[in-house]
Amino acid sequence: MQVPAPFEYERATSVDHAIALMERLGGEARLVAGGHSLLPMMKLRLATPEYLIDINDLSTELGYIRIENGEVRIGAMTRHRELLESDDLAAVLPIFRDAEKVIADPVVRNRGTLGGSLCQADPSEDLSAVCDAVGALCVIRTKSGERVVSMHDFHRGPYETAVADGEMLTEVRIPIRPGSGSAYHKVERRAGDWAVASAGAAVTMDGATIADGRVGLCAVGPNLTNVEPISAALRGQTPSEELYATVGQIAADNASPATDTRGTAAYKTHLAKELTIRSLRKAVARATGQD
Amino acid sequence: MEISMNVNGDDVTREVEPRTLLVHFIRDHLGLTGTHWGCDTSNCGTCVVWVDNEPVKSCTTLAAMTGGHEVRTVEGMEVDGVLDPVQEGFIQFHGLQCGFCTPGMMLTARALLDRNPNPTDAEIREAISGQICRCTGYATIVRSIQWAAAKEQETPVEVSAS
Repeated sequence: MQVPAPFEYERATSVDHAIALMERLGGEARLVAGGHSLLPMMKLRLATPEYLIDINDLSTELGYIRIENGEVRIGAMTRHRELLESDDLAAVLPIFRDAEKVIADPVVRNRGTLGGSLCQADPSEDLSAVCDAVGALCVIRTKSGERVVSMHDFHRGPYETAVADGEMLTEVRIPIRPGSGSAYHKVERRAGDWAVASAGAAVTMDGATIADGRVGLCAVGPNLTNVEPISAALRGQTPSEELYATVGQIAADNASPATDTRGTAAYKTHLAKELTIRSLRKAVARATGQD
Repeated sequence: MEISMNVNGDDVTREVEPRTLLVHFIRDHLGLTGTHWGCDTSNCGTCVVWVDNEPVKSCTTLAAMTGGHEVRTVEGMEVDGVLDPVQEGFIQFHGLQCGFCTPGMMLTARALLDRNPNPTDAEIREAISGQICRCTGYATIVRSIQWAAAKEQETPVEVSAS
């Protein structure tokens, strides 16, 4: 039987209350949202917080998808299922529906949250690459106010984020750019599994050329939520199969996957290349109305 | 700590350790052993119960997190001696062999039909994709759920939500 080590349980009733509880309980306190990443780690004793602060009562305060004034604002407690089912979100950022269709399974998606996924920062977790590809900003609430960091600065590496003790991620903001498109492709061994490899792409077109393009990879190495050399290679270029192949090769060159039960390093490197090509092709097609 | 919740329409209160998982609370504290405890890693789905009308994996939920909420287990599917059409479907189309995955499968199927009364084969397979059956090959489970959907389309059956 896998059971977490003993801890004390608190339930937060508001963001301010959660911040106050973290302040009082100190560095050994952890927030739990859906719990579908943290509880498995606690069951394996990889995580042993002394205090668990349940923030599920904040699902009204922090569970929303708002599209206004040229940006999308998503509350940190928005569940995977809500991200998947939102037609408004899919209309402006189709990469979210692409990714959510293949994140875990429908039952897990009923509980898991956007904020929980980003704060877990698992290198095989899909939404960090998605959010970095679309240039998201993360709103972090602190005791004295809030600060906003780019997704790229938020994700510091495996299981490490910009959220410090006593702070919490409350919202993700994504700019809506005219002439933009996005897509996500993932290969998994079976429905609901972690990625063998996946790639997300977002492009903004300026007429027939790519004004801005970003690709994020997952499960093929640390710190690949945005592969910066790819953005440099895409800028100002006209989309073509040759360009996609060049950029796919950059993805492969930057990947450093490990051989494990999901596949060999060579296979995952091949996937990094091919999935980059496919997601870029799809993102450009969507941006130019040819999808 | 003391937690209270509504399980299959009954209010229950128990003293538990905060680390008690919902699946063990249901089985060991309430004695409702219809909910099965399987992989312990949120993969197999036999521990699925409803929390506030949504299927969740109870091996990856703390009992404490469910305090104040409504839980429905497989024991809550039958109402006043009348089986839920999903349960009937599993009998009609042999939706089980060993029966280990069955409670989770049926609760997920019930939730699917409440949201989508006439699902396609693909929608049924997607809905149960977080659950593993090692006996049937899934074909008879899909048919069982289709049977329940068809029955409910012809003769509406009153199904309690909690």
